[in-house]
Amino acid sequence: MYGYSGKILHIDLKEKKNWVEEKPESFYKTYIGGVSMASRLCWENIEVGCDPLSPGNPVCIANGIFAGTPVPVGGKYGLASKSPLTGFIGDSLSGSWFTIALKRAGWDGVVVHNSSDDWVYIFIDDDRIQIRDAKKLLGKGTFATEEAIREELGDDQVRSATIGPAGENLVLFGNVTNDGRQAGRTGHGAVWGSKKLKAISVRGTHGVKVADPDTLMKLSFEITDAAQGPHTSKYRMLGTATNVLNMNKIGLLPTRNYQQGVFEDAEMVSGEYLDEHHKVKVIACAQCPIACEQMSAVRDGPYAGAMTGIEYECLYAVSSNCGINDLRAAIKMIEICDQGGMDAMSCGVTVSWTMESFERGVFKKEDFICKKYPEGFEPYFGNGEAGVTLCELIRDREAIGEMLSLGTKRASKITDEERGSETYKWAMNIKGLENPGYDARGLKTFSVGLATGTRGGCHNRSAAYDPDIKGEVDRFTIDDTRGEVARSSEEYAAVYDALPLCKFIRRCFTGKADRAGAWPMIADLINATTGWDFTYDDVDAIGIRAHTIKKAFNIREGWTRADDTLPYRWLHDKIPEGASAGCVIPENELEQLLDMYYAAKGWTNDGLMPKDLLVSLGMEDVAEEIGV
Amino acid sequence: MVTSTSKYKYIACDPAKCVGCQLCEYICSYTKNGDYNTYRSRIRTVRAEEVLITAIACHTCEDAPCVIACTTDALIQDPVSGIVRVDPSRCDGCAWCIEACDFGAISINPATKLAEICDQCETMEDGPQCVIWCPKDALELTTPELRAQKARRKLASEEALT
Repeated sequence: MYGYSGKILHIDLKEKKNWVEEKPESFYKTYIGGVSMASRLCWENIEVGCDPLSPGNPVCIANGIFAGTPVPVGGKYGLASKSPLTGFIGDSLSGSWFTIALKRAGWDGVVVHNSSDDWVYIFIDDDRIQIRDAKKLLGKGTFATEEAIREELGDDQVRSATIGPAGENLVLFGNVTNDGRQAGRTGHGAVWGSKKLKAISVRGTHGVKVADPDTLMKLSFEITDAAQGPHTSKYRMLGTATNVLNMNKIGLLPTRNYQQGVFEDAEMVSGEYLDEHHKVKVIACAQCPIACEQMSAVRDGPYAGAMTGIEYECLYAVSSNCGINDLRAAIKMIEICDQGGMDAMSCGVTVSWTMESFERGVFKKEDFICKKYPEGFEPYFGNGEAGVTLCELIRDREAIGEMLSLGTKRASKITDEERGSETYKWAMNIKGLENPGYDARGLKTFSVGLATGTRGGCHNRSAAYDPDIKGEVDRFTIDDTRGEVARSSEEYAAVYDALPLCKFIRRCFTGKADRAGAWPMIADLINATTGWDFTYDDVDAIGIRAHTIKKAFNIREGWTRADDTLPYRWLHDKIPEGASAGCVIPENELEQLLDMYYAAKGWTNDGLMPKDLLVSLGMEDVAEEIGV
Repeated sequence: MVTSTSKYKYIACDPAKCVGCQLCEYICSYTKNGDYNTYRSRIRTVRAEEVLITAIACHTCEDAPCVIACTTDALIQDPVSGIVRVDPSRCDGCAWCIEACDFGAISINPATKLAEICDQCETMEDGPQCVIWCPKDALELTTPELRAQKARRKLASEEALT
């Protein structure tokens, strides 16, 4: 086999043993890699129905098909476990060196079973596996942990995926970080923390063998070249933070916990402002010729010295969404999340929920008594210092941070039960995962993509905001094409997540980002790597299967149609002003959208998958377990 | 201590432009060994701090310390180009050259047990492949003096503008 080693590494943290599973070529042709293969490994290895923070929940890592080759943006991996936030599949992607090292060590994937009694980290040194003491690493931030491991092992080339203090403390939206990039969402940090697994470190010294290295080199060079042109200029120049003003303009920039879609101070937290006042340097993931990560620093004020990479999705969550117009506080909040190892999106939306609850009188100043503020503090919208402090309290699970570390779904339930309040009405999550930086009330097609998302409120799995924003469909109304549009855009995105390739490369194949523009060249890349004879249709099926295995996972864990819903606010409150004023998604509209979407997917009206559909995808064993 | 302000050309990296993508390492290992193994690249990217990234290859020092340190006279420096060539019949993989190099630019190939040093792709018509591939134009084949001239020119133009 070319492009793959054919080997999955299994490690048992309790028994302190490891074994090798050899997979046939058909497995790779079906699941490819990334999110798709990681989800399949999770399907195979999980104890069905387990508590996500129990030993029965495995950590599943799957490399990409192109990791360790020169194919641009192919250095990404998928990470899957059952999510402690949603109780459904938790699948994340991250890029850079870690996955390349793992591939060069000779592994297509890793499954970590069970839990350790003491804190450990795993060192995968090519085919030698060690489970090492991690006590010295406890409390260290993500980047510091990587450095400390490199020092301990005495090799600069060792690459690690780690958890920070948030994961150690079981913050439910703790995440996993490698090389400064995050497998950010759905709470992998808490899963690792529950296993007392601080890090997985890898040294891989072998080359990656591909079927046709000359062709792959030539294709890679062409794409690398195209990636320096206009198709990626948005990402290279200002990065994703450029979306702040774009979203504000169309009235969908989440502001003050999604109460508004326009932030009066958007200019002050924009990508343009960030570029002028805070940017230090742009950096890339390994194997990426685009380089989008805008490393930004605070130069003055109480947070001087704070520095981290700023992306739109983290930025909206801690700035406009918290009413905070001071980028210095926003950068500090994101740095706390990045170094502490937690999802800045979920954290920001949890902070904004706290702020709204405070402004509505549910929380009082004394609810915020903590070591730093013995008298408490007042987390009103716009209070940057309160935002910073709340992030610290959540990371350390101190004082009110203990409850907030559970995310908005659980924190609102606890609060409402204790205080008779109705904070669930502004708990902005879907299936327990906090929402992304798009107010879906004004993006009707995207709203069904979000509601049905297998991992909850996520902008990466459904790409249906694209036809909405581009005006390919009318974003303010629904019609009977939307189920199909949502299906199509979601399966399109799933191809990238399964290979995986970073979606920022999508226009660099031919200038057109659609299937016709990208699939033929992606097929060429797959074939040059593996020696297979993949066609356009085969590439398209990658996305369908990737989505299907995740959905199957959820069905087996007890999913029903009632789980595909939206936050109360989006179903009841209209956007008050701006270019999307008046938008809301009444429940009957959502039900119509769900009907259309399930029909487009070929599912039953209850959202379940018929046997023959699964069989036609070559997933007979899945059909046997959950097919109706 | 850095020993050389050499007259020879070498592959220099501008840390302000380098994003750490490692494509130079891929093209190097492919060009030299025919496979994709960044471990076997003769140019190495380094990320010393989160935003401190650069790439390093042989600096073609004058009176190169690696050549002096070599106990088997396996390293020979070309008097015109400054490129340090490895004589495979003499090199015994002892690694003295690695210790002597101020830039960490030499490595031993574990398969062949021979020292490997950047040769600026001297046999290739279009020159160093990493320079051609670098998507951010961070790499160039230059001399210390040329870099100094460029730095002075940049400073002068900045001062003229302020």
